[in-house]
Amino acid sequence: MEAAKSQKQNARNIDIESMQRGPRVSLANETVCLEVKNFNLFYGEKQALHGINMQIPKNRVTAFIGPSGCGKSTLLRCFNRMNDLVDTVRMNGELLMEGMEINSPSVNVADLRCQVGMVFQKPNPFPKSIYENVAYGLRLQGINDRATLDKVVEKSLKGAALWDEVKDRLNESAMGLSGGQQQRLVIARAIAIEPEVLLLDEPASALDPLSTLKIEELIYELKDKYTIVIVTHNMQQAARVSDYTAFMYMGELIEFDATDELFTKPSKKQTEDYITGRYG
Amino acid sequence: MVTTTSQHISQQFENELQDIRSRVLAMGGLVEQQVHDAMDALITGDTEKARNVIALDEDVNSLELSIDEECIQIIALRQPTAGDLRLVSGILKTITDLERIGDESTRIAKMAINLSEKDRPKHNYRELQTMGNHVRGILRDALDAFARLDVNVALSVAKQDREVDAEYEAILRQLMTYMMEDSRAVTRVIDMMWSARSLERIGDHANNICEHIIYLVEGKDVRHLSLEKVEKIINGEPIDD
Repeated sequence: MEAAKSQKQNARNIDIESMQRGPRVSLANETVCLEVKNFNLFYGEKQALHGINMQIPKNRVTAFIGPSGCGKSTLLRCFNRMNDLVDTVRMNGELLMEGMEINSPSVNVADLRCQVGMVFQKPNPFPKSIYENVAYGLRLQGINDRATLDKVVEKSLKGAALWDEVKDRLNESAMGLSGGQQQRLVIARAIAIEPEVLLLDEPASALDPLSTLKIEELIYELKDKYTIVIVTHNMQQAARVSDYTAFMYMGELIEFDATDELFTKPSKKQTEDYITGRYG
Repeated sequence: MVTTTSQHISQQFENELQDIRSRVLAMGGLVEQQVHDAMDALITGDTEKARNVIALDEDVNSLELSIDEECIQIIALRQPTAGDLRLVSGILKTITDLERIGDESTRIAKMAINLSEKDRPKHNYRELQTMGNHVRGILRDALDAFARLDVNVALSVAKQDREVDAEYEAILRQLMTYMMEDSRAVTRVIDMMWSARSLERIGDHANNICEHIIYLVEGKDVRHLSLEKVEKIINGEPIDD
């Protein structure tokens, strides 16, 4: 069988194997980065997340999709304890990052947020220079050595695909950048402190199509180094940038699968109805 | 799974998908007519009918082009996903097969015109008639499976296509005997062989359509698999490689 196969290839000088689609990603072959076990969350009396169980793979892009109010942002925010800021929130269940309980009292929230960076819908640069925006996290950590800062700023801006556009005006105010540039600056700021995980909450929804594509391209490049979790209302965007997609509905995780699978043959009818734009 | 119960929020999109589906069925109806008339012309020697079949092919071709264009429009403007995407891609493939069935019918019609000028055998191409009826039944079932998105009907077509293939082999053997018995019959028999060949191809195209239907309904690609495996896949049983 093997011999016959290679003969066939040689006769035409075409390597059939290499033309086949590469192996599809599969959750079974991934290293787990974030793990959610039987997780419930309440805002006061109202339960916002119902028994979520999922394993978010390391160095992959995972997208959360679902209608407004389905709990996707709530879940995203749990990963760096942004919900601590909301008084009425109660949670139970486990939320692990590489085996460590995120909600454990022994976890220093500031340290956690260094490891789990977050980017929001609206770019929120500080009213400082471009340089200081990126250097900010390091200065907070007490790093003020100019050479080190220079190096990190350049590396981060390059990482965020912004360096070429701003290298000649690093000392100008960040507020003078365009929306798309600001968003990439915010991503540069987030990766300057070398987090493990990047949480992106609608990172491109306030941007024009070209800036959106730049952000998507950036996400693709960043996944080699970071585990990325992205919440998006734009399903095509989820389909383009993510390796895995989780569909949530009314606080429940309905389906979590490789993006290829979920967008061509979802296994649940609710998922199908949502991604094809039907009402159930 | 493709469902017809829930509606798109965009009524316009819903209408567009309904529209291409019904146009595929209209195209299928035309092609069915072509196969029917081509066989009729072959058996009865009615050249008028044969010319009609050839003329009808232009309509079939132009339907193929317009459905094709609409599918591309839907992909560009609506970015269909899941079942909708499979429907559109299934239709794109289905119309290619339908158009080729039209071509094969045209070929049979041309043979009918050729044969009408020659002596007719006394059994009047009985063997081709039987195979033709069989193939027409398959095509009808394939279109029926498409209209109702019925995987089981699609599977039955795959099974019947095996029978048609066997019939084709039998006819070939028989026609070879004719040629050996009477060399004056060779030109006529060759035309009959081409007709049988076209019928066999029509069966194959109908079978292809059913594979597209299985994909668009179940999301499972069953091309190039044995009938046994296809059956297992549809029933959700495990297959071992």
